[in-house]
Order: sequence, then structure tokens, then C-alpha cells
Amino acid sequence: MAEWDYLKTALAAGRIGRREFMSRAAALGVSAALADSVLAGAAFAAETPKKGGHLILGLNGAASGDSLDPATYTATFAQVLGQQLYNTLTEVDEKVKVQPALAESWEGKPGAKEWIFKLRKGVTFHNGKTLTAADVVYSLNHHRAKDSKSAAKALLASISEIKASAPDEVTITLESGNADMPYIVADYHLGIGPEGTKFDGVGTGCYILESFEPGVRARTKINPNKWRSDRGFVESVETLAINDTTARVNALISGSAHLINRVDPKTVGLLKNNKKVVVHEIAGAAHYTFPMRCDMAPFDNKDFRLAMKYAIDREAIVKTVLLGHGKVGNDQPIATFDPYYAADIPQYKFDPDKAKFHLKKSGFSGQVVLTVSDGAFTGAVDAAQLFQASAGKAGITLLIDRVPADGYWDNVWLKKPFCASYWDGRPTADQMLTVVYKSDAPWNESFWKRPDFDKLLIEARAELDPAKRKQMYHDLELMIHDDSGNIIPMFNNTIDAGASKVKGFVPTPTLQMSGYRATEKVWLEA
Amino acid sequence: MRLLGHRLSGGAAVGFAIILANIVAISFARWIAPYGEADLVGDVWAPPSGADWLGLDNLGRDMFSRLLFGGQTSVSLALLITALSFSLGIVMGFTAATTNRWIDAALSRLVDIIMAIPQLILALMVLSVLGTSIPVLIGTIAILDSTRVFRLSRAVAMNITVMEYVEAARLRGEKLWWIMRREVLPNALPPLIAEFGLRFCFTLLFIASLSFLGLGVQPPEADWGSMVRDNATAINFGGIAPLVPAAAIALLTIGVNLVVDWFLSIHGRAHGEGA
Amino acid sequence: MLPLVAQRVALGLLTLLAVSVLVFAGTEILPGDVATAILGQSATPEAVEAIRRSLGLEEPAALRYWHWLAGFLHGDLGNSLANGRPIIEQLDFRLKNTLFLASAAASVAVPLSVGLGILAAINQNGSFDRIVNIVSLSAISLPEFFIGYVLILLLAVKLDWFPSLSAISPEMSFGERLYDIALPAATLTLVVLAHMMRMTRAAIIGVMSHPFIEMAFLKGLPRWRIIVQHALPNALAPIINVVAINLAYLVVGVIVVEVVFVYPGIGQLMVDAVSKRDVPVVQACGLIFAGTYVGLNLLADILAILSNPLLRVPK
Repeated sequence: MAEWDYLKTALAAGRIGRREFMSRAAALGVSAALADSVLAGAAFAAETPKKGGHLILGLNGAASGDSLDPATYTATFAQVLGQQLYNTLTEVDEKVKVQPALAESWEGKPGAKEWIFKLRKGVTFHNGKTLTAADVVYSLNHHRAKDSKSAAKALLASISEIKASAPDEVTITLESGNADMPYIVADYHLGIGPEGTKFDGVGTGCYILESFEPGVRARTKINPNKWRSDRGFVESVETLAINDTTARVNALISGSAHLINRVDPKTVGLLKNNKKVVVHEIAGAAHYTFPMRCDMAPFDNKDFRLAMKYAIDREAIVKTVLLGHGKVGNDQPIATFDPYYAADIPQYKFDPDKAKFHLKKSGFSGQVVLTVSDGAFTGAVDAAQLFQASAGKAGITLLIDRVPADGYWDNVWLKKPFCASYWDGRPTADQMLTVVYKSDAPWNESFWKRPDFDKLLIEARAELDPAKRKQMYHDLELMIHDDSGNIIPMFNNTIDAGASKVKGFVPTPTLQMSGYRATEKVWLEA
Repeated sequence: MRLLGHRLSGGAAVGFAIILANIVAISFARWIAPYGEADLVGDVWAPPSGADWLGLDNLGRDMFSRLLFGGQTSVSLALLITALSFSLGIVMGFTAATTNRWIDAALSRLVDIIMAIPQLILALMVLSVLGTSIPVLIGTIAILDSTRVFRLSRAVAMNITVMEYVEAARLRGEKLWWIMRREVLPNALPPLIAEFGLRFCFTLLFIASLSFLGLGVQPPEADWGSMVRDNATAINFGGIAPLVPAAAIALLTIGVNLVVDWFLSIHGRAHGEGA
Repeated sequence: MLPLVAQRVALGLLTLLAVSVLVFAGTEILPGDVATAILGQSATPEAVEAIRRSLGLEEPAALRYWHWLAGFLHGDLGNSLANGRPIIEQLDFRLKNTLFLASAAASVAVPLSVGLGILAAINQNGSFDRIVNIVSLSAISLPEFFIGYVLILLLAVKLDWFPSLSAISPEMSFGERLYDIALPAATLTLVVLAHMMRMTRAAIIGVMSHPFIEMAFLKGLPRWRIIVQHALPNALAPIINVVAINLAYLVVGVIVVEVVFVYPGIGQLMVDAVSKRDVPVVQACGLIFAGTYVGLNLLADILAILSNPLLRVPK
């Protein structure tokens, strides 16, 4: 959309005003939410960041068992706190492009099997030590060790060697080529700490840890020796654990917090009417799924799977569960803004007749049980009830078995024939497909196994010609769309919100809180 | 108007009317309700209108219809559970208070142990061992509640068993069961009846907190407590959705307790006059 | 008299021991374990195996129970499995917070509800009685989180009198902390008020049918004096009992209020620990909750004995 891009540049340059921008955006058919977020992002383009002040973040996903070790990060509170303290070799920016961070530049050898990262010079840790290649090797190996508990272990599985090829140069060798290596080292788990330490918060980040009460709050202050001048404006930060959705919104409205994450779509309308608050919303890569196990009856029958795919009313679910703050899914996990998104795959629509046709062809005539919990994703039980209603119209008896959120990932997911699940966005298409759809993937939640898919996936990884690579991903997505057991009803928008005096917040589609790095990007207007 | 040989006070008449109206409404839910329990009829949290005069819920289902169907589940479950827990608790409590101290010690310790284990851990243990069916739900809450009834009835009965008239009955050689029924129960009744009125309401809400854990009523079936929970966030933008089921619970609770108050007052008078 | 109290204390300790066995065993049989719970959806078999090994979960259970209990008695609660920190560090400050909130709520709720109960009994079936009953019954018809939401909406968001968050920290002054917990304390007060109030009223009305009250009436004493001087002392046993149950609730049952007001109490710690299967933390919290319960019940028992002269002689 060239016109849209033009409009955004015009706004940033100050050639058009807010009102004109909004009306022209509307004329282009751009959603108000998107235009709003651009507006929020552009408002500061001409402004200079102000230094100082005390920022309070209100985040969910905190637990009293949280730790500062990046290998243990699984939820937002720790993820955002971690990015205040640590840096990664590279970063993924707001447009999902990889950018230098601790690595100043990198280079992939032909075949994408060997990657050389050049480190930035003169970077020091919070404890005064200077960053060297040895620290990077130590920090990455922290996740690769045999007894590592890190969730990033699988991400680094294809690495055969990491070595310090010079004091400021790290060489990573892979077992098979991977063109996405610079994206992989941007993963939030892969924070760099000084060699030999236990990852207790000492990193190179813009903020230094002052105190940490797990599950309650953390306090950090600005790092006087921070290596980047374009980040880190507020003087001190308090990261507060607010797990309850309503409590977070109340904290923002009453001024007890300046930035909050995961705003309930149901309260977005309310917040938009509040002058003191700005909602930061962006179409996301995160999506919800209903995996059907392809190795269990009746889901081992392709026609039955198709019947289910036609029997779910995606539009109704997006409208009711997300209140429109999301996009309809098409049973493949790549989001529309991804460069490898295959736009020409026909969209599944609720079609009782087609569902009945495939149901008849499958020869199955019983009832199926969908095991759900709100622990799978917020609104899972509601979505299941809508699915039940639409499936009923297609002649499929769907029973709902609501189970406790406690132990859901242990006892239900990857075990029951049909359940609910969610996926956060991954920066690259390859990561998403490798993690959930490859036959031997430990999280292959629909137990869908296709050797031809696996083969093509590995070929695509090492393919450096963009056009050829795009075609390969197109074919992979089509296979998932047509055949896999995963029903993907929707992609949910990432919705954060902040006080209007918080400036500089640009939402990113893959992760919340501006790629977990909002703390160092924003500043406070007086 | 008189009932059970006593004049019905204004409060009690209102209480009976509320209970009666509730019973009629939920018994004939199938014919009164304009829509089915799971029917999606419009927009999420649509405000009340002529057709849906209590508005729509968090999925766009008719609030009034769900209230009627939900009442069937809620009221019958709460009644059953409260009745069970009271029979169990009172029998155990009186036994502990009127028989010898060893039985008292054993029962009291057992109840103390059950009460002392945090409910969350207990609920999860029950869940993992017995599963999540409705009979398990009824049994679990009834047993948990009966521990509280036990403590109360034991404390009340303890006071009574040392009174002269119970001592006299004992000396007359009356049987334990006779003493419990004829001497202890009538005198212990007031606090127990009052407790019943409140337990009933607590049970309505407790069912909701357990369905949150996954134990209990399965969707799309409704129950009043869960309806409050599912619609709670609407309160932030002035929606009345969560207040409707809450008002239903409040109304029934008040009705039940008005009747309880009447029982209390006729009980007091009866004995006062007889003395 | 004294032997009776000593006997109760001994029985309380015995109960606690039995509960400790049950809590220990109960947490062991919970399905799932810390390894998969820590990693959640990100658990791979190899990572799970690694965590399990590093936690030493292969010792026999009886031996582990013995070590645990011995450690507990020495004040050594061990380390959290989830983040390796000493449990005592978190428990200490959260337990203090929980007790702080519970005492604040109790110091308002107990006198208020007993007082209202007495007034309602004096005014039985009058308009004051009616209003107090209807208001308090309506309050308990709302789930506690909902009462919290309503109070926040009215008093924090609309009127801005109190903060919506109660995330107190040790460096705050007593006054600041008291101000910060105004809303959660008010919520808890509303939750427990009706129960204690109605029981006080019912217990007093129950006693009113006894002959000695009749005697007092015949002597021509005013109703309020009869209730306060003659009926109340004889109605104390059930009142004490209900107060004890509600006090215990204020300590062990406030998890929902902690979540809504972001209050760093012990309930949140236990829920986190249960969901992460951080067994040592669950066990420590479980034992502390059990201790609270047993302690308060013990106190109620002893007070009930003291309140009734006839009971002071053992059967």
C-alpha cells in the first residue's frame, strides 16, 4: 500500500495534521486501531526524548518463583525486566527486521552454515567488566549445556560449535545451513552476561538492578555507562507485578502505573474514551489453536478434519471473544505481515454444507470432546462454546470438557485428542514451522507427520534466494492449511496501553511491550 | 395468615413469596425462557431491550433465559449441598458433644485436620483423585462445609449438654438419640438455622469459584455464581450484566433469611411462653 | 481448669503433626511435577529430565518428610525449586503482610459485626434490624473479587480517595501502609461482616427463650440491659466460634483479594507455588496455614470453655 506509506511519512514529517491523517487513513480503509497506533508513534517523531523521571510498569505473568536467569523466562514480567538488564547480540525491530545490538555486524558464509558476529567495542557490564567474545560464548552455551533447563535449548539445537574466533568476534557453526541465524540470536532468552557468573541480573542493559522481590516488584535505575545513547531515558523504573487484568487497567486509569501490557479487548473501548490514556494496539503474530490429534480417531481421517475446519465460525469468535481486536485465522500459523505470508491460500469460512459433506464422507457419526481451560488462552472456554454452537449447525456434536487451568499443559495438551492451545509470534517463519509442525518437533501439538513437509522445510532454511524461498514457504503453508490437524481460528492483536505522558512507545507485532524493550525506548513528558 | 400454627409476619410473607417465585420461575424455565440456555441471540453485552429485557451476556446470550436455567442448577445444587452438609455436621457435632470425650476428641481432630489443610490444595487433591463430575462436586463441598457446621453445632451443644435438664434426662436413663433430638436439637436450633441461611448463599458462590478451577458445572450450562464471574469486567464500563445474577443471588438469600428470621422469632416466643 | 487447657494445647500440636504428614503426602501426589510446571508449554522431555535430576526427587518420601520436618523446626525451610532462593526470605515478609491485612480487617470487622449483631437483636424485627440485615446479606451475595472491583471503581477510579493498588513495601511507614490497604481491608470487612453479625444476632435471640431471661424481664429490666448483661454472656460460645472461623479465613482465604489489589501476601505465594509445583514452598505455606487454623480453633475452644462456667469442669 504505497499511499498508506506516503501518508505515514507525511505525518512523521509534519506535513499533515492528526485530523487529516485520521480521515485519509479511514478513506484508505485502514482500521482506526492501526491508524491510532501510527499516530501515537508519530507524535514524538519530531520531539526530542526527555531525560529523567520515574517510570512504573504494570505487567502480568509474574510469579513468586521468578528468577533473573534468562534461561527461565516464560512470561511477560520476567521478559520485560530481563530486557532492562541484558542485551542480546541482535534485536528485532518494530518492522520485524533484525538490527545490531551487542553484535555490530555479522556475516553468513555461503550455505549459511557458518556465521561470524563482530562485537561492539567498549561495552561494559554493570559490574565494570568489559564485554568480550568469551562472555558471549559462555552465555550462549548456558542454554546448550546437556543439563540445561532453558526453553531456548531447542532453538540452538542445530549449532555444532560456538567459539571466540577473536577477542571481539564469535563464530557459530551449524550442522545444517540456516539463513535466519541473526534472528535466532535476538531471542529474549539469549541475554549476554559476564563469563562465569550465575545470571543474577548483571548484564549490559540500560538499567541496573536495585532490588527484586519475585512476584511483587523490581526496581532498576539508569546505567551511567550504558553503551547506547538512543535508549534509556527515564532515571528509574519500578516494574510491578499486576497479574489481574482488571487491576492493571485500574492501575493505569488511577495513575498508579504508566504502562501496562495485555489489555483485555473488552476494555479497549473504555480506555479509548479516556484522555489520560493511549492504547497501543497492533495486529499480532500470536494466535490461538485447537489442535486435533492426527494419530487418534476420528481426527486421523482427513475428511473429518476438514469437516471440523468448515464447522467453526471464525468470524463469530473474533467478534465475540476478541471483540474484533484480532484477525480471522486460516489454519496456518504465518501472520499477514510476515514476508513469507502466502496471501493466495483460500480462506476457510463457516460452511455447514461443506462440513456436512466432509462429515458424511468421513463416515464418522459420534460425538467429539473438546478439552479446554482458560489456562490455554483467555477466552478459550468462550471460544469453545461458540465452536460448539456452530458445529451443532453442521451436524457435529461437540462436547466441552472444561478442566482446571492448573496442570493444563501437563495433563491435557499433547495428551487429549482435541484441546486448546496458543502460540506467541516467532520472528521468522522457519522458527514457527520448526517448533510446531515438523514431524519430530517436541511441540507438534496435532501429531501431524509429513516427511515431504520436513524435507522442504530443511531445504527452505538454507535457501538464500528470496524468490525461491518465498515459493517454498508458500508450499509449506499450503500443506498445513489443507492437511494438518491444527485449527487456527484467530490471530489476536497485541494490546498494550500507557499514560498519555509516556512517549516513544512503538508497538511491535511479534512481542508485547515494544518487543519487551519498552522500558528503554520510552520517556516521560512532564 | 398462619403457617405451622404461627402467625406469618410481614417479613416472612415477603421471604416466602420470593422463594416461591424463584421455585416457580426455575421449575418452569423451559416454558418461560424466551431462548435456550446456549442460544446466541445478539451482540456481546447488549443493553436490555424489549425482547431481551435483562440484556445479553459476555457471549451474546439472553441473560433472562440463562438466569432461569442457571437457577435450576444453582438452587438445586446449593440446596442439596447445604442439606447434606448440615445433616452430616449436626449429627457429628451432637455426637461429639453428648457422648464420651474420646469420640469428641477423635471427631474434633479429624475435622480440625480437614479444615487446616488449605482449600486450594485439598480441592486439587480431590480433583486429581476423583475427577470433576457433579457428584464429586456435591460431595466435596458438602464435606468441606460440614466441618464448619460440626464446629458450630458442637460448640452450641456443649453448652446445652451441661444444663440441668439434659443432666436430668441422662439420669432418667434416656437414650442418646432421644437426648439429641428432644433436648439438644430444639435448644441449639437458632444459631444453626441462622447458619443455614448463610451457608446457602456461600454455597451458591462457592460453586462458582470451583467451576473456575474446572470442577463443577460444564459450559454451556449456566450457574448464577459463574454468571457473575464471567460478566464481571462489564462493571468497568457501566454494564449491568454482572449485577443481574448477583441480584438474583442476593434476592434469594434475603428471602431465605427473612424466613430464617421468622423461625428464630417463633422459636424464641414458643419457648419464652412455655417457660 | 489448667489441665483442660494443657490438654487442648497438646491435642492442637498433635493435629498439626497429622496435618504436616497430610500436607507433605498430599503435595507429593499432585499430578504433574515442578519440571514440567516450570517450563509450561516450553517443556521438552530432555529439559524436564534435567530439572528433575537437579532437584534430587529420587530419595524415599519418608526420609524426605523427616528432613523437612526437622528443618522446619529449626527454622530452615529449604530453597524454592523454582528460583533457588531461600523460602524463609519470601515467606517472612509475605506472612507479615498477610497478618497486617488480616489484623486491620479484623479490628474493624469484629467489633463492628458483633456490635451490629447486638443492636439488631435489641431491635429485633424493627427497621434498624431489617436494614442491617438486608445490606449485609446483599454484600455477601457478591463474590469478593466483585466487591473489590466495585470499591476500586468508586473509591479509586471515580473519586480518587484511595489507591487501587496495595503493593506495600517494607520501607513504607505504618501510616502509608494503612492508607494503601484501605480498600482490601474494606473488601474483606464486607465479606466477613454478615456472617458474624447474623450469628451474633441469632445466638442472642436463641438465648432469649431461656427461663433466666424471663426472670430478668419479670424484674422489669430494659431489653438492652437484659441482652448485654444476661443474654450476651450466655451466647458467647457460638459467637466466638464464628469469629474464629472468620479470622482464620482472613489469614488463609484472601488469595482473591490479594490478586485484585496486588497485595504481596502469602496466599499469592502459595497459588504460584502450587501452579509451578514448587513443592517445598507449598508445604511451607500449607503448614503455616494449618498452624493458623489450629491455633485459632484452639483459642476459640479455650475461650468457649472460659465463657461457660459449667464447662470448666471436665465431663
